Amino acid sequence: MSGSQTTYNDKVVRQFAVMTVIWGIVGMLVGVIIAAQLVWPELNMGFLHFGRLRPLHTNAVIFAFGGCALFATSYWCVQRTSHARLWGGPLVPFTFWGWQIVILLAAITLPLGFTQGKEYAELEWPIDILITLVWVSYALVFFGTVAKRTVSHIYVANWFFGAFIIAVALLHLVNSAAVPVTLTKSYSAYSGVQDAMIQWWYGHNAVGFFLTAGFLGMMYYFVPKQAGRPVYSYRLSVVHFWALIFTYMWAGPHHLHYTALPDWTQSVGMIFSLILLAPSWGGMINGIMTLSGAWHKLRDDPILKFLITSLSFYGMSTFEGPMMAIKTVNALSHYTDWTVGHVHSGALGWVAMVSIGSIYYLLPKLFGKTEMYSTKLVTTHFWIATIGTVLYIASMWIAGVMQGLMWRAVNADGTLAYSFVESVKGSYPFWAIRWLGGVLFLSGMLIMAYNMFKTMAGGKTQDAPVVIPVAHHA
Amino acid sequence: MSDFVSGFWNMYVIVIVLGSILACALLLYMQSKATFTPGKTMGHVWDETLEEYNNPMPKWWSWLFVLTVVFSLVYLVLYPGLGDFKGVLGWTQQGAHKTEVEKMDAVVKPMFDKYMAMDVKAVAGDKQAMEMGKRLYLTYCMQCHGADARGAKGFPNLTDSDWQYGGEPEQIKETIANGRMGVMPPHEQLGADGIKDLANFVRSLSGLPNDSVRASKGKEAFTSAGCVGCHGMDAKGMAAVGAPNLTDKVWLYGSSEATITETITKGRQNQMPAWKDFLGDAKVHLLSAYVISLSQGAK
Repeated sequence: MSGSQTTYNDKVVRQFAVMTVIWGIVGMLVGVIIAAQLVWPELNMGFLHFGRLRPLHTNAVIFAFGGCALFATSYWCVQRTSHARLWGGPLVPFTFWGWQIVILLAAITLPLGFTQGKEYAELEWPIDILITLVWVSYALVFFGTVAKRTVSHIYVANWFFGAFIIAVALLHLVNSAAVPVTLTKSYSAYSGVQDAMIQWWYGHNAVGFFLTAGFLGMMYYFVPKQAGRPVYSYRLSVVHFWALIFTYMWAGPHHLHYTALPDWTQSVGMIFSLILLAPSWGGMINGIMTLSGAWHKLRDDPILKFLITSLSFYGMSTFEGPMMAIKTVNALSHYTDWTVGHVHSGALGWVAMVSIGSIYYLLPKLFGKTEMYSTKLVTTHFWIATIGTVLYIASMWIAGVMQGLMWRAVNADGTLAYSFVESVKGSYPFWAIRWLGGVLFLSGMLIMAYNMFKTMAGGKTQDAPVVIPVAHHA
Repeated sequence: MSDFVSGFWNMYVIVIVLGSILACALLLYMQSKATFTPGKTMGHVWDETLEEYNNPMPKWWSWLFVLTVVFSLVYLVLYPGLGDFKGVLGWTQQGAHKTEVEKMDAVVKPMFDKYMAMDVKAVAGDKQAMEMGKRLYLTYCMQCHGADARGAKGFPNLTDSDWQYGGEPEQIKETIANGRMGVMPPHEQLGADGIKDLANFVRSLSGLPNDSVRASKGKEAFTSAGCVGCHGMDAKGMAAVGAPNLTDKVWLYGSSEATITETITKGRQNQMPAWKDFLGDAKVHLLSAYVISLSQGAK
């Protein structure tokens, strides 16, 4: 049964899907805590202060929540669109347990202060090695399954999942290169501005490949599935896929505008960030237009609501991103909360919403049910999450622009009009609103967990039979 | 100066940047020449229902793509980007910064020069000058001395009348312009008991509660251990070396027996940074006047 080639391996999808919800709650809870620490500084207790918890939050939401969602959906998608069971035997459970150990080690070491000091790549070298082993196994399982597909064409979602897996392997290996000193301490292989450039080449491509390409793969499977409509344009997917691959790799320098980075590198980073606008929107258009002719389904299908809203936020933040990469805009936005708002319009609005929608699609199917325990609660979750996201983004926009304007304001005699602490003081009300937005988003995840456990109760966990491909009618 | 170690890398960057932009344009061009059958699928089916329409790309979207490509090429002609090619505008971020600073300096220089010609004490009495001085203080000094200038542990209070290095205009100006290095040497060799005696004596100097037996022993040690060398026979300090007056009620690190014991045992190291090169004479002059104005009316 479970080892047979006539069924899909749904066990690993089930494991990753459930952990997506669990890690989502953990990661977002830490986010809410650090948001509260900014509003009420007395909450920074002992070593559990903002500086230690912030990397825990980012790692937990990106790699634990986002990572588990990507594993679950890519494993589900690659099997069904290759019409084959996952390849790799014991490598498959290794990717699950290995990834969970990475997450647990992160949860222990980051609060204790073990860090490489590289944003989104804080984990120390022994954990980096474990990540590498898991990731290579993931690549083998994914591409092994694509290789044994029983249909001639590779479905578009798998291009994106494949690109995400290859690019993340490359990014992780290059950026994490370090000289170990002890088991818990290492020094980066790079120094000075090269180190900064490598870090942001990694950092922005983590956004481009982990948080974009991977989730576009998710979108290309679950949007047409849930809408029951064909993907809007095959050609559009070809163009925007290759254009994203070409250009994302160059966008990193926009994180280092007006620094020691040479002028030419900054310019190249800026123009490729601008060129990214159309390829990014290509994904949004292809997703949203897939719904044309079926718009009415949006009215009472909360899963579709999640998916389509996520694409709207994706379109919005991929417009905002290129604008913020323009040097003159960046001179205002850089180092302010505007950046934090931009990241969260992508993270909450796009990444989390498309994951939540996809996981809601998967859960009943994984536990032998026809639908979630309560569709009404899914709708409630949708509205709470949307309001939370809007509160978060809007408050950070206002706070960010305000900070940028205060920092650059000068008096007639050339002195600064505001001291830094005045901009901190002015930010408090917006930080409180941001915290509230986060609380709402977290509440939505708790509703999801309740709905998930109710759906799982008494469910059957059988592997689904491999579907015979529909004959070619070209 | 070139950013590259050899001409090869210069060419490498140029070729790869232009190549990537042109590749995007070519990709768009070739794919828009494909045969489209709007409303019809490509003929492949995955997982029972997944299909793809053979629709053309939206025109407005293609033009948006072209627009960003054209913008990028124009930008690379005007600004640095293609390796060592500096762009026809000759723009650099250092140049842009310099221009902005010079522009602002030209505007504000007369305002500061006006006060440079005046005596520091006279400037301290000028209302407009003191408003400017406060703004300078809040930009450059408050990080250590505090927004209210009352200092913090290790950072002197500027609102009292106690001066570590002297309160005359020339002395204050010297402090701001060239900075100060404060050093109290460690005296661990005196032993815990001897240091306790000294700490009690030091507390007695400013009328703080103390063990009088220990204080009288400490008084002898104050002379024999060499404290007088810096703090003086009368313990009123010495501005020339920055040794504090121990008889007033002003404490840089704290007056508790434990803190004084720590100060004597381990010594203290302190630094006021030098601002002359960063701020220039005129601003140092104005800030000196502001610092004097802070302690006016203080006892």
